[in-house]
Amino acid sequence: MKRKLVMVGNGMAGVAFVEQLLKLNPNKYEITIIGAEPHPNYNRIMLSSVLAGDAEMKDIVLNDWDWYRDNHIMLHVGHTVTQIDTAKKTVHTDQGLAVAYDELVLATGSLPFMLPLPGADKEGVIAFRDIKDCNTMIETSRKYKKAIVIGGGLLGLEAARGLLNLNMEVSVVHIFNYLMERQLDPTGSKMLQAELERQGMKFLLEKQSDTIVGKKRVTGLRFKDGTQEDADLIVMAVGIKPNVQIAKEAGIEVNRGIVVNDVMATSAPNVYSLGECAEHRGIVYGLVAPLYEQGAVLAKHLAGVETKGYAGSVLSTKLKVSGVQVFSAGQFTDEPGTKALRVQDDLSGVYKKVVFQDGKVVGAVLFGDTAEGSKLFSLIRSGEDYTGREREVLFGKEGGGGASSTADLVEAMSGDEIVCGCNGVTKDTIVEAIKEKGCVSLGEIKACTKASGSCGGCKPLVEQILASTLGEDNVKKVKEGICGCTELSRDEVVESITRMKLKTSKEVMHVLEWRNPEGCSKCRPALNYYLGMVFPEEHEDELESRFVNERNHANIQKDGTFSVVPRIYGGVTTPEELKRIADVAGKYDVPLVKITGGQRIDLLGVKKEDLPNMWRDLDMPSGYAYGKALRTVKTCVGNTFCRFGTQDSIGMGIAMEKRFERLNTPAKVKLAVSGCPRNCAEATIKDLGVVAIDGGWEIYVGGNGGTKVRAADLLTKVKTEDEVLEWTGAYLQYYRETANFGERTSEWLQRVGLAHIKAALADQGERQALVGRIEKTLDLMKDPWQQIIESDDLRKAFDSLTANSPDAASGGSLNVVQGALAEKPQAE
Amino acid sequence: MADIHIGHLSDFADRRARTVQWDGTEWAVFLLSDGTFRAIENRCPHKAGKLSEGIVCDHHVYCPLHDWKIDMNDGQVQAPDTGCVASIEVIHHEATGKIFLRTESVTLKQSS
Repeated sequence: MKRKLVMVGNGMAGVAFVEQLLKLNPNKYEITIIGAEPHPNYNRIMLSSVLAGDAEMKDIVLNDWDWYRDNHIMLHVGHTVTQIDTAKKTVHTDQGLAVAYDELVLATGSLPFMLPLPGADKEGVIAFRDIKDCNTMIETSRKYKKAIVIGGGLLGLEAARGLLNLNMEVSVVHIFNYLMERQLDPTGSKMLQAELERQGMKFLLEKQSDTIVGKKRVTGLRFKDGTQEDADLIVMAVGIKPNVQIAKEAGIEVNRGIVVNDVMATSAPNVYSLGECAEHRGIVYGLVAPLYEQGAVLAKHLAGVETKGYAGSVLSTKLKVSGVQVFSAGQFTDEPGTKALRVQDDLSGVYKKVVFQDGKVVGAVLFGDTAEGSKLFSLIRSGEDYTGREREVLFGKEGGGGASSTADLVEAMSGDEIVCGCNGVTKDTIVEAIKEKGCVSLGEIKACTKASGSCGGCKPLVEQILASTLGEDNVKKVKEGICGCTELSRDEVVESITRMKLKTSKEVMHVLEWRNPEGCSKCRPALNYYLGMVFPEEHEDELESRFVNERNHANIQKDGTFSVVPRIYGGVTTPEELKRIADVAGKYDVPLVKITGGQRIDLLGVKKEDLPNMWRDLDMPSGYAYGKALRTVKTCVGNTFCRFGTQDSIGMGIAMEKRFERLNTPAKVKLAVSGCPRNCAEATIKDLGVVAIDGGWEIYVGGNGGTKVRAADLLTKVKTEDEVLEWTGAYLQYYRETANFGERTSEWLQRVGLAHIKAALADQGERQALVGRIEKTLDLMKDPWQQIIESDDLRKAFDSLTANSPDAASGGSLNVVQGALAEKPQAE
Repeated sequence: MADIHIGHLSDFADRRARTVQWDGTEWAVFLLSDGTFRAIENRCPHKAGKLSEGIVCDHHVYCPLHDWKIDMNDGQVQAPDTGCVASIEVIHHEATGKIFLRTESVTLKQSS
């Protein structure tokens, strides 16, 4: 029986909370949202961009109407809730609607504070809060000339910039003597004012507004000091106040905002609140990041998931009006007990201030160059102790450049510093390659020095060195093909293979005019994969084009020995199986027996010639621990035994591993199945991970637990095990058909986009077609260990040859080859 | 010094190698796609990788450990890496199909 969750408010904080709740526990609640504005959830912060002309209204919608329908949310827009009846647990709207609730969430946000000036009700006097205000400003700019913005804070300055873009004359009125005093110190503020004046804004500081003059429509603003300024439009951006009227009237505790505890609960039972209308530990937040944090906590609480609760947020702001770079975070004012490190360069228009307390960074202000903003913000949050070395925060170690942008990083590097860690290439070596060996492109530097030739992580640095040394215009941008043998991209190669029905790598390299007729270690395995993917039945796998591991079906180790990993489905074994593994390890004197991360057993240090016999004695299928293939499907215990398990994760995992084992893929693929949202199998860092929920399964994709850790994205939710297998098959086949050889699913997904993948798999007919193709490939696969054991031809490749010394008595081999050796002297 | 018999043509596959111990060294003997043979010391100068397990492209082989590229005609490691491996001539007696290593043709390693 679902509980009724009703949310008053359809804004960013509230809807983000609902999204989180749906992820955690989609079936617990029947959700109703009541919103006053006639729009679906949109990004209010981007109204400034819409005003400035950088975005359109449709671009800022966060959740369109379809989202509400797809998630079975009952949405009432254009309704304002006028009364909360906490006794009857019902809310009433101004349209006469009455909605009952089990849990109520108040996310009513703020109302813009309108100065109660005489004349404030005239035409042409507005706030800057919603889409309607935005439209009014845009329309007004078409007919009128002069605008006044009252309020020189964050919002007011963004409104002013937007109005300037609409070609109005703009004056900003501020009661204080410097702008943005909540985010900037006086120095930073003065620099900001200078820059904005340069852009055309006029400032009237230390002016207190008195009366709005005009007839039906505003014509001007008079100040308390008697002076007056003309205006056709007045925008009030003097602050916001939490929208708490209905909560107050319902008897819920309200201070400045609706008072909530660490799980966002109010003083009334089953009533919660979050966002700009809520007050937590005395703070009402007006910036979005803390509100998202609040939403995450409330979602966990209502979903029944453990949470530590909300403990408040450290704030940071980046002024996002085009052209002006301002950043501030934490406690940036000079309080007693703090010490500040300042850099002020009026010539370049740069100001940086870092505030320390007890050696830790507690606040920062940046103007003109905000590249270090995120770094400073994370230092504030982490509380790292810089006692004794505070200057490093701004200047880096040893007084070098210290900034986080690539250009500065490269500038700051000394010549003997390593740029490419994988290959140990110094900055000097690269510069030398450019200056003395004439390298003008990344590819040439790679060929010359090996830099960026392994993991590729230093590519931005190398490119920067190129640009700095040569000058941006002289850098040669070469079209990069799949390797140095060709300029053709992966898509072009696969298209050619398909269209011209090329069947061997030799054909491909010949027909597509490879620079090297036999390719290289990069393209030969890639071509072998693409050919097998396009023509699984016709293409004969080319052993000579496989990496050693996939050829020998074992992992090569540093000393030329190999490792053997038999298949243990879903990480479940038996005493008999374990005994067999132990016996084989003993018989062949295996130096190291290790449990792997993939929930199976690795036998390391095996001599190549022992491999076929070991496989025969093990009598288990290959675990494919070495291949660009499906590796494992990790599982947690699930409902076979676990008290929290909602589904049989072990059964699901084993079914998946049996279905997809041996599948060859562009890069290794790791799967997992968790039996409940606690996710003990860590499914959400897998290429494809399945998480059981009450009544079904969630499928996550594109995760990665390696060098670039990435949490997987939700692909879909299904009810049955068969559907899991169908979606998995379709997804994997789509990956096989469109990714680059060597590209992990996380890279591929980020490159093509989750939306694109979802669209490709949306139609069931399309999914079934993909499944048909993957099954065709799977049906052709046989256990490789078994194949090798049964084929003399394949087996003998694991043995060494023996040298027979020439035998004088029988004449040995020399007699037989007498003819060939006629010109050579006989052996002594 | 003589020719050492190590095997038969049928022991070899296109662009694959077989290994053989002789005179305290392990040799990797390759059959190239043009039907000719090459033999080099089965030990990459970088970190002693088994070159016999590498991918063969014309007369080059790539070490399976870290992808160093070696020219099997002269044993030289290709730029940007440096080094060399010993090489030895292979005799293929066409009439019988027997394969030999020509021991007196061993080129000495210049660096170890």
